[in-house]
Amino acid sequence: MTTPSRLPDPYGQGQSANLADILERVLDKGVVIAGDIKINLLDIELLTIKLRLVVASVDKAKEMGIDWWESDPALSSRARHDELTRENAELRERLRELDPGRVPKEAS
Amino acid sequence: MSGLRYVYAVCRPFGAALQAQLTGVAGDPPRLLAHGDLVAVVSRVPEADFGEEALRAHLEDLDWLAGTARAHQQVIDALTAVTTPLPLRLATVFRDDSGVRTMMERREDAFRRTLDRLEGRVEWGVKVFVEAEPERPAAAEPAPRPVTGRDYLRRRREQSRAGEDLWTRAEGFATGLHSTLSSLADDARLHAPQNPRLSGAAGRNVLNAAYLVRRDASEEFVERVDRTKDDAPGIRVELTGPWAAYSFAGDAAGEEEAGAGS
Repeated sequence: MTTPSRLPDPYGQGQSANLADILERVLDKGVVIAGDIKINLLDIELLTIKLRLVVASVDKAKEMGIDWWESDPALSSRARHDELTRENAELRERLRELDPGRVPKEAS
Repeated sequence: MSGLRYVYAVCRPFGAALQAQLTGVAGDPPRLLAHGDLVAVVSRVPEADFGEEALRAHLEDLDWLAGTARAHQQVIDALTAVTTPLPLRLATVFRDDSGVRTMMERREDAFRRTLDRLEGRVEWGVKVFVEAEPERPAAAEPAPRPVTGRDYLRRRREQSRAGEDLWTRAEGFATGLHSTLSSLADDARLHAPQNPRLSGAAGRNVLNAAYLVRRDASEEFVERVDRTKDDAPGIRVELTGPWAAYSFAGDAAGEEEAGAGS
């Protein structure tokens, strides 16, 4: 059993810890175990890289009114959904122009 | 019991109680799941948020991710106060208790080895920043306005030389600090520098290191870092910790892979 000895007071930790410091550790470090719920680790790695580039401090960014990632399809699932909806509508429109009045069929 | 199991860490059994008001990533207080001479620290999470599809979507939602990461870290932090946890990566989720036990059974040797290596040790983070502009004695003695173009160019050259000096000095400072701190630590890792514009920290991050330090050597370590802080104008040193040994826990997976290969 561990008996922790006296430790110095925490530095830059707890509630006030920089989100970049926390994410760096909880996403990037620690023991990697594939649980029953599969998450694609590549996703997390990519996300970490993006986060490193984009939002090392979400709170800070929000404070400053920066929220552009919310409309970036690469970073936000909502934006990706919007993007798909828009693309879908556009494709449907073009199909209608090419082949008015007919449901397109696969050539066989 | 319904719900999935979110595992924060694996550790040796410990006597102390966790903080009563400690909540996990989805509000359920973490509890201990014993298996042999190891315990997993586990809380229940709803499938609606931690099932495969939901989790994938959530991980791209920065608010959710930030909240979950902080909750995860709070549990690890509480564990670090009473024992030496082996922290797992964010969002390690199993269907039920028996899934967690099977995982522990399969990895118990690697867990034990890593826990032995980390026993009684914590991680300290040290970052070195170069302030954006070298300090100028402008206030004391306002520089005369450049009269000629040549004056101006000379001034610019001096400024850029001062900048280069600062960089050279910062590099030397960081290298020296890293070697001093490494000698006080059992292990060290260099991490990628954090992006200056977005970490909210002023200046450019030139050293981002983690040190594995014995608890009883931590006071000396912290004092040593503190002492360097005023040594170098234009250079800032930032200390964070004590963290659980996140940066030194990863080897458990490697050990297992190595074991599986032979």
